[in-house]
Amino acid sequence: MKIAVLGAGHVGPVIARLALAAGYEVGIAGSGDPARIEMIVDFLAPGARAQATADAVSDADLVVLAIPWHRFPSLPPRTFDDKVVIDAMNHWPPAEAPLGTSEEVARRLAGAHVVKTLNHVAYQDMEPANGRAVGFAGNDPDALGAVAEFLERIGFDPVPMGALTAGRSLEPGSPLFGVAAHRHEFENFLKEQS
Amino acid sequence: MSGTTFGLDTFGDVTHDASGSPITHGQTIRNVVEEGVLADQVGLDFFGIGEHHTPDMPLSAADVVLAAIAARTENIHLGSAVTVLSSDDPVRVYQRFSTLNAVSDGRAEIILGRGSSIDSFPLFGYDLADYEDLFEEKTHLFAELLKGGRITWEGKTRPALHEQDVVPHTAPFPTWIGVGGSPQSVVRAASYGFSLMLAIIGGHPGRFAPFSELYKHALEKFGREPLPIGIHSPGHVAETDEQAREEFWPHYLDVIGRLGKTRGFATPTPESYAHEVGPHGALFVGSPDTVAEKMARTMKKLDASRFDLKYGIGGLSHESLMRTIELYGTKVVPMVRDMLA
Repeated sequence: MKIAVLGAGHVGPVIARLALAAGYEVGIAGSGDPARIEMIVDFLAPGARAQATADAVSDADLVVLAIPWHRFPSLPPRTFDDKVVIDAMNHWPPAEAPLGTSEEVARRLAGAHVVKTLNHVAYQDMEPANGRAVGFAGNDPDALGAVAEFLERIGFDPVPMGALTAGRSLEPGSPLFGVAAHRHEFENFLKEQS
Repeated sequence: MSGTTFGLDTFGDVTHDASGSPITHGQTIRNVVEEGVLADQVGLDFFGIGEHHTPDMPLSAADVVLAAIAARTENIHLGSAVTVLSSDDPVRVYQRFSTLNAVSDGRAEIILGRGSSIDSFPLFGYDLADYEDLFEEKTHLFAELLKGGRITWEGKTRPALHEQDVVPHTAPFPTWIGVGGSPQSVVRAASYGFSLMLAIIGGHPGRFAPFSELYKHALEKFGREPLPIGIHSPGHVAETDEQAREEFWPHYLDVIGRLGKTRGFATPTPESYAHEVGPHGALFVGSPDTVAEKMARTMKKLDASRFDLKYGIGGLSHESLMRTIELYGTKVVPMVRDMLA
């Protein structure tokens, strides 16, 4: 399976490194010419390929969105048709209440199978993943299965949260955001919600 | 000033008096001047003030405070930590720090930041969504200004300059870029020939090692001489580990807990605090021995020749901060120098 990581900022190279260590083939795309991020990729995610967004996405089975939220509207929607897409983005600055970035992602990338996850873990806490629990939420069972397998292989303990709308409980302001919660804390949280 | 250097940074948090009440902004600022003077007396190389614009961090005009410190000190370098260049006018920033350089007879430094603390954006009418572009363009203009001479420049973020003589003329002063985790900022620092200040405020400091390597490689690629790599990390020094940890914790919990609500990170827990003050965390809190050992280890790991301890946090007393400065200057830094020698 091939992974495309969109974003060569704080988060992207960290996810790329985890995926490389788990044996995946990884492409990374920033905004614009891949030459601009070649040096960054060489040092921060050696083994990954710096690519243009469209190339990285079309080569990949699974795409991780790790770009600033305000850049999301610049992505070409059709490129993502039939792809499994992980939304690891958050609103910045954080909104008063969770806004459901993934619902917006799913609306715009209408042909993609969107799963919300990894947005609630600070990039400095991802590496090593150490079996840390991460919530994931989405509507497509196959995509959920693929993402769960990916998360597990890169070292996390994936906890299903439910449909894509449940991904709001992983956003800033939620008690699950940013904390090193264990699986049972995610599950207790879900029980309280139901 | 060459070789390995050691400094202190403050964000000028409002401190509390003996009864636990916050002191006035005026007294807070006068206390920062005293802290800067003490930093010079205990032999430190640098004193920096981080620009903030909130009631609990009222140091919005750091250069004025630095000038007051300059008038009462002889050796210490004085600078920002950081100047939020994205929401300021590079011409005005250059003028203010050139003036500081003149007042201090060549002791000014500046650390430019994109701004992780975002209060200045709405205050000065900037959109946070533009922060990357603002920083890119303004850093470029600042680099041009540092070259001296008449400047011709055109961009989107301020009116164009044509053959403009920007005064006062002074020698170029050390310029750093503060980087919190953006690899683009590392490459940008190298491309302009600015030094790299790694702001390590959470998580394992060792994870920044690839940033140091990236920086050194980028300098080489851009045909530049090696430049210093620095570390900025928060901390607190007291006689014993227990005392330092206990003094710092309630204020750390309070400040980070409140900041987290607006900046989207988690409230600290006793477990996360224990990790951060431990050998693999980013808080340099402890006895002089503990802090010195951790500093030396981190500097070696990241190939850094400068360490700036960001001391003080809202709610601690001025007296407690003065004690940290004294221990840092007289005990910690000499030990680190020995360990690195």
